[in-house]
Amino acid sequence: MKKGLTTALFVILFIILVSQILIMPGDLGINSPSYNEVTYYYIQRAIQDTGANNIIAAILADYRGFDTLGETIVLFISTVAVASILKPVAKYEDEKKVNKHE
Amino acid sequence: MNDVIVKSITRIIVPFAEIYGIFIILHGHVSPGGGFSGGALIGTSLILYTLVFGIKKGEEKFSHRASEFAESGGIFLYVVIGLVGMIFAGTFLSNLSAGFPAGTPGKLLSAGMIPLLMIGIGIKVASTIITLFHILVEEEEEVHE
Repeated sequence: MKKGLTTALFVILFIILVSQILIMPGDLGINSPSYNEVTYYYIQRAIQDTGANNIIAAILADYRGFDTLGETIVLFISTVAVASILKPVAKYEDEKKVNKHE
Repeated sequence: MNDVIVKSITRIIVPFAEIYGIFIILHGHVSPGGGFSGGALIGTSLILYTLVFGIKKGEEKFSHRASEFAESGGIFLYVVIGLVGMIFAGTFLSNLSAGFPAGTPGKLLSAGMIPLLMIGIGIKVASTIITLFHILVEEEEEVHE
């Protein structure tokens, strides 16, 4: 019963998501919304604004520097999460070993 | 791993891989690359060292203390540079308007604070990769004991 309900919910969610994908604008080519004036701004002004030859580095570290800070924090959180999940288990096992030896 | 060929080849390759990683980090604003790819190179070279010479020698090269320092140091460097921009220009992470020297585009010393940010990102990525690997491998060994 519960399993059937979960499956039905997943099927409904799948249908909704696929229908949304079909609504998305597809064959717009050069008229698609991602080709706007921001691209031209970066290409024309990156060297003046930042002094960096590599426009990707200019966007990554200067125009979108705050976003990159978030990315590094995500890396930090990943290390903290893995360490917090795995380290206490090792300590617990060590304590059990010590108790057995006693 | 007790293979003479693998050990000697690793001894030769690891320094070159690390120097190449440092090169990519420092030239992030001039040529393709940057903090993420250079840091990944350094991290994977240390993973290769740990795989070949064992977890004990690998931990000697990059101890928990060093990983703690590098983990927080990378973000700390990034945030400090951002705050310097905030003090001198009013907005977080502002570059040339905060008085960082622009230099000539194409030279190593140019682009204001971007090389410093790349160094911070590189330290962070390298230490994250190697720390995750060390944590996972350690647990694996302790379970098998």
